[in-house]
Amino acid sequence: MSGDLQFDSQGRLHHFLTTEGLDRDTILQILDTAESFVSVGEREIKKVPLLRGKTVVNLFFESSTRTRTTFEIAAKRLSADVINVDTRVSSTTKGETLLDTIRNLEAMHTDLFVVRHSRSGAAYLVAQHVPSHVRIINAGDGSHAHPTQGMLDMFTIRRYKGSFENLKVAIVGDILHSRVARSQIHALTTLGVPEVRVIAPKTLLPTAVERLGVHSYTDMRAGLDDIDVVIMLRLQRERMESARIPSEQEYFNLYGLTTDKLRLAKKDAIVMHPGPMNRGLEIDSSVADGPQSVILPQVTNGIAVRMAVMAIIMGGKAQEEMPAKRPARRHA
Amino acid sequence: MAQELRPLLARNPMMIGIHTGGVWVAQRLHDLLKLQEPLGTLDISFYRDDFTRIGMNPEVKASDLPVNIDNRHVILVDDVLHTGRTIRAAMNEIFDYGRPASVTLAVLIDRNGHELPIHADIVGHTMSLNKGQHVKLTSDSATSEGALELKVQEAGE
Repeated sequence: MSGDLQFDSQGRLHHFLTTEGLDRDTILQILDTAESFVSVGEREIKKVPLLRGKTVVNLFFESSTRTRTTFEIAAKRLSADVINVDTRVSSTTKGETLLDTIRNLEAMHTDLFVVRHSRSGAAYLVAQHVPSHVRIINAGDGSHAHPTQGMLDMFTIRRYKGSFENLKVAIVGDILHSRVARSQIHALTTLGVPEVRVIAPKTLLPTAVERLGVHSYTDMRAGLDDIDVVIMLRLQRERMESARIPSEQEYFNLYGLTTDKLRLAKKDAIVMHPGPMNRGLEIDSSVADGPQSVILPQVTNGIAVRMAVMAIIMGGKAQEEMPAKRPARRHA
Repeated sequence: MAQELRPLLARNPMMIGIHTGGVWVAQRLHDLLKLQEPLGTLDISFYRDDFTRIGMNPEVKASDLPVNIDNRHVILVDDVLHTGRTIRAAMNEIFDYGRPASVTLAVLIDRNGHELPIHADIVGHTMSLNKGQHVKLTSDSATSEGALELKVQEAGE
């Protein structure tokens, strides 16, 4: 799955499907724009009129609280009308396909779909089949990508560490099933982070993970040495088709982040987690709630970053693309 | 301009400059009038009426109004008043921060080509230009300390 589909013919961001293939300038533009949206969130009136009159549909085929809520708040702060489609009560449970669902919602003049699905590539499939004035944001597809999470993590790192050029970043845990890790790795390497490490048992590391430009460690204590940023991942038991860890207690002993292990990283290292956390499995409560944790600021930053992504892909190009009278459709 | 603004000082006004040229002009007026409160700055990118045509400004800066504007007399400063659309956007943004007692508009250059019923209260200089011409304030430094220069540009330049 390449990222080509997310650019228009002039190379501008049209959908937001993956951090793979984004250049440094595009990533920095998103981070800078998000920085400006932070101040909007601190005002008495937390809304700007950019997406007035636009309709945003949050289409979540997989449960989510944090991501869906922050997308909803972000769209509302941009003055869009937001509809949340909860698939547990939707017609997909009655056998309607993903594309049928999209076509029906599109017939209601939706401008932007935020799509989460358990299948890798679902957002791509949707992006291939919508007319050109409709935009798609990938809010997580299987174990492939979760690009807005990756961007909010970059935003959080920059806010605490200032820049990317001299950092050592460790991503710890279930790398194999993690769409978050993949999105982070692409963004971190593009932004010029000189050392990205992945730390996990062999059974939770993708084959040939080094090809992504990272160093892999199976010994967490060695991997945390001299680290500036520790990113813990959730152990995704629901995506494991067979036993990949011996026991939860042993996993916690070897790969759970405790105050003791965190001491091996730099004194001012920050601890991140995309949530939801399994306390006592991949992270100890004393760390999750401790002074080095920036897990809750990550959630707050998610709003400004998602506002930035929506504003950037929705801006411009309206006249050339607005179908005047909705001509005969490809799938009429 | 500073002389004309002086009578307003009795009302304890707060000054707001519009990015980028308006902030430079406002910084100088702010110094000349010896205003005590910090200068507010406004980036109107999120309020532009041409967002759906030209998209997001890639260099948007954060607006910063350090003081609560409720019931305050605001002096809004920009470098050039042309169509009036920037001022409209700026006023929309100001009212999302609160309800000022009044807004006075001060511009360095008032040129022809107004498209909205918006007029400046205090004007440094009036100019008449052809349709394709633009007047632009430039600075030789990224900070507000640099020397400012006015340039007239032809369209497409």
